Amino acid sequence: MAEDPKRALAPDSPEEMSRRQFFVKVGVGSAAVAALGTAGFAYQYLSPNVLYEPSPIVDAGKPDRYAPDSVTMDPQTAIYVVRTGEGFFALSAICTHLGCLTAYKPDLGIIACPCHGSKFNKDGVKIEGPAPRPLPWLRMWLSDDGNLMVDRSNAIAIKQLVRV
Amino acid sequence: MANGVDNLVNQVRENRIWRSIFRSGSGESNLRRALFVQQNVFLHLFSIKSRKRVLEFSATWYLGALTFGTFLILVITGILLMLYYHPSVPQAYTDMKDLQYVVSSGVFLRNLHRWSAHAMVFLVFAHMFKVFYRGAYRTPREFNWIIGVVLLLVTLLLSYTGYLLPWDQLAYWAVTVGSNIASAVPLVGAKMRFLMLGGTAVNANALLRFYVLHCVILPVTAVLFIAVHFWRIRKDGGIYPGESASEVSSK
Repeated sequence: MAEDPKRALAPDSPEEMSRRQFFVKVGVGSAAVAALGTAGFAYQYLSPNVLYEPSPIVDAGKPDRYAPDSVTMDPQTAIYVVRTGEGFFALSAICTHLGCLTAYKPDLGIIACPCHGSKFNKDGVKIEGPAPRPLPWLRMWLSDDGNLMVDRSNAIAIKQLVRV
Repeated sequence: MANGVDNLVNQVRENRIWRSIFRSGSGESNLRRALFVQQNVFLHLFSIKSRKRVLEFSATWYLGALTFGTFLILVITGILLMLYYHPSVPQAYTDMKDLQYVVSSGVFLRNLHRWSAHAMVFLVFAHMFKVFYRGAYRTPREFNWIIGVVLLLVTLLLSYTGYLLPWDQLAYWAVTVGSNIASAVPLVGAKMRFLMLGGTAVNANALLRFYVLHCVILPVTAVLFIAVHFWRIRKDGGIYPGESASEVSSK
């Protein structure tokens, strides 16, 4: 089929597309689809599906380990187990500002962050410093064999004491 | 004596093997000198001619060249440090200590790497201030300024990723704080932190990711942008000669 070579480049009417325009559109379209697919693939590849991190659930031992009216920190798991007159609760030891490990100061009765000077009381409520939120209360319960268990991944909105 | 050395140099330059590598050959003509720059794969990024005054200390304080010098030191010492360093949680810290106390010249190379890194960050800022206050960022050099900003970011990211590798308390908490700053980005912050660390905390995955970024991805990015940065100097009319001789004032 002998065709006018100019026809391939110039469309007859505005709605019509030349062969070259068509192939450019197909090419750019496929490249865009491939780029989107690659972005999705890269995102999935870079997100680990299994984390070999310590379990968020911590066995804090028997309740009688903790003296009445005490704040006990475990630096390995970054939690405080607080025992009040009425019961127990668990507090995250990770500062809500930028994630540093806080420390309990028994002589002052407060929790202080060494990085940027945030201070909290024993309930986790901020006293001063840049921390935007109080230290979260973590879900705590008694296991079947009577151990205090803490779920570090589960902050509780309503403050509840575990009574033993 | 001097003539003897000159003759020897000329003989070497006229040698067939030499001429097969450096085609421009010997001679004092400007054409030969220009050809030497133009035909060299590394030098051809640069102008074949420069104004004498832009090569004087006062024009640039040589800050860009010094920055590139520290970058070369960092690449060489970094590759040597890689021969003793394992990016794994049980080994990273002890490897760093071994480099300091056990490996011959290890402490020299590690300190050279560390101080060059500090110097590079300082020199990048100094270079940018010099360019800014001379007005050398203006048309037609505005695109090269943007490339410079990219290089600043790459430099800072190289510093930041390298900071974790000693795997000591300072490194650990600095990156904990830094990654939490990243998570303050609206909407995608937490996800960004997760991708950056390869987990929910600074751990083995984070150490490995920072190592790969520090030793492969960021240096390769830096080299590519440095090449474009140098090439653009030539394309934008050479090093900025100053207000009186500039294209800006002649308009």
